[in-house]
Amino acid sequence: MFDLDKWSEIFRTLLRNKSRSLLTAFGIFWGVFMLVLLMGGANGFKDLMNRNFDGFAQNSYIAFPNNTSKPYKGFRTNRPWSLETTDVARVKSRIRGADVVTPLVLYWGTYKYKDKEAYGMLKGVRPEYAQIENPKISSGRFLQDADLSAYRKVCVIGHEVKDKLFPDGSDPIGKFISLRGVYYQVVGVSSNESNMSVGGSSGRSVLVPFSTLQRLENLGREIDMLALTAQPGYTISDIQPQVERLLKEIHAVAPDDKKALTSVNVETLFQMVQSLFNAINTLVWLIGIGTLVSGIIGVSNIMMVVVKERTTEIGIRRAIGARPANILSQILAESAVLTVAAGLSGIVLAVLILAGVEAGITAAMPDSTPPDFQISFGMAIGAAGILSILGTTAGIAPALRALAVKPIDAIRDE
Amino acid sequence: MIHLENIHKTYHAGQPLHVLKGIDLDIEEGDFVSIMGASGSGKSTLLNILGILDHYDEGTYRLGGTLIKNLSESRAADYRNRMIGFIFQSFNLIGYKNALENVALPLFYQGVSRRKRNALAMEQLERLGLKDRAHHLPNELSGGQKQRVAIARSIITNPQILLADEPTGALDSTTSGEVMQLLADLNAEGRTIIVVTHERGVAYRTKKIVHLKDGLIEHIEINDPAANRPFGELMK
Repeated sequence: MFDLDKWSEIFRTLLRNKSRSLLTAFGIFWGVFMLVLLMGGANGFKDLMNRNFDGFAQNSYIAFPNNTSKPYKGFRTNRPWSLETTDVARVKSRIRGADVVTPLVLYWGTYKYKDKEAYGMLKGVRPEYAQIENPKISSGRFLQDADLSAYRKVCVIGHEVKDKLFPDGSDPIGKFISLRGVYYQVVGVSSNESNMSVGGSSGRSVLVPFSTLQRLENLGREIDMLALTAQPGYTISDIQPQVERLLKEIHAVAPDDKKALTSVNVETLFQMVQSLFNAINTLVWLIGIGTLVSGIIGVSNIMMVVVKERTTEIGIRRAIGARPANILSQILAESAVLTVAAGLSGIVLAVLILAGVEAGITAAMPDSTPPDFQISFGMAIGAAGILSILGTTAGIAPALRALAVKPIDAIRDE
Repeated sequence: MIHLENIHKTYHAGQPLHVLKGIDLDIEEGDFVSIMGASGSGKSTLLNILGILDHYDEGTYRLGGTLIKNLSESRAADYRNRMIGFIFQSFNLIGYKNALENVALPLFYQGVSRRKRNALAMEQLERLGLKDRAHHLPNELSGGQKQRVAIARSIITNPQILLADEPTGALDSTTSGEVMQLLADLNAEGRTIIVVTHERGVAYRTKKIVHLKDGLIEHIEINDPAANRPFGELMK
């Protein structure tokens, strides 16, 4: 059955009506093309978007205090209050599921090296802060416990700070730079490019030991922010209310005072972006499948016309000994071949365009890793499989009509 | 070869139409039979039943000892392919296939390899003097050539009977004569041939004429085609 003749017959019948086959194929082609292009595009944008989260712990939570908005325990309303270093240990020990708990102090400031100047956020952090915002050290080292306990004046600078202060490309490690009027020795450079960070972009920030900055700025026990991550198996949404209750209790803030403590749940932010992309994906599928289905219906329609046109021929074939299965497989194969050929060319063109987009973006952003705009190979194979199934399905109704052709009716001369 | 016993056929299109009202007919191997009748006499219906293209309601039909009754579509297709050769008034060649491919098509449905069936088809065309036309499409052939291609197609599977439905209906008198001569030659080789026609000239070139009227056999006339020879030129 699957010999050369059958295939040559299929191609001949399809080629006999070139323009009609082409127009029918175009419906399928367009559906598949759109589906693959949109999916690849959505993939690429998701990839680009995810870079904003790259290097930032997605299961993290940040809290910082504001003036109270309610009187509580004899305290007046609109009272300023601060988180304190001791809160860190208390949260760590009292909250189940809290993994890394770490304090932050933040200062806006000017950085200087010789005659070069830059501005950015000076962050006093502990070494475990690396688990919340990955510094992606490109040279040198990150801050260590010894730096904190010895109150060393050392710093890790962001890559943009490095570019501003050392424009000639010289190695900043070991150099002394002035931060808010105090000299620190550069021990590391961070290459983190993410836009997601605490207090300004990572590239423009300088990280210094938390204890050093706290002491230099005469903060006493005060800290600006508290950041934590959840242990595996716990979600931030579970932990957050407990942390808020605990912090408010320690600092005599009304438990129902929502304004007094600002909480940022990175996990929910991340989930929002995820669900946005899921929604986009659903939309893409709907559009793609919709176009594809209308293409398939087009194929089915045309095959109906083909069967109608070839009623006599089918009758002749039946009369001289074609079994119903012969006729059925011929119509189904014709429909499937048309669909698959059109679909595959759609996939190929879309993949080529996506490759072009990818190349364009890579050329525009030479420093970063190229984004992934492509659909996976498995998906392309799956699409081809689905196409052949759809194509065959499209042929079913016309093939059944062809089977209903009675040889005597088809070859009757009257 | 063919044994029909009390064949009834009624069409149910709106008003029931009783077309065949009990046909009894025996056709021996090597017979050359024509079925004659006015339009509406049931001759086409009889031919369709003989050709396993249509079912009958009542009676028995045996073809070469095989009972032909309530066959599945696939079985019917196989029997048509192996036992029966069809020749039609309008030739019924497939327009986009050349003469050779048309002749070879029944063998395709038998699963014969391409090389072998093309060789067999070429042999048949050569016998019928159409070798140089083998690669022409039907619309490049004359009516007589088309009918000869159709005849080549009908005998390529070496069937037990040939059924011809008004084989000369679309041909001029000279070509009609040639085609009838061809059928007579095939009969002389021992093939059983049944021709449905309303033309006396055609019928009188067969050996037995079955006159059909209102769904019944009126009478069967034994005819000697050779006896008509002296007047043959007029009969063509």
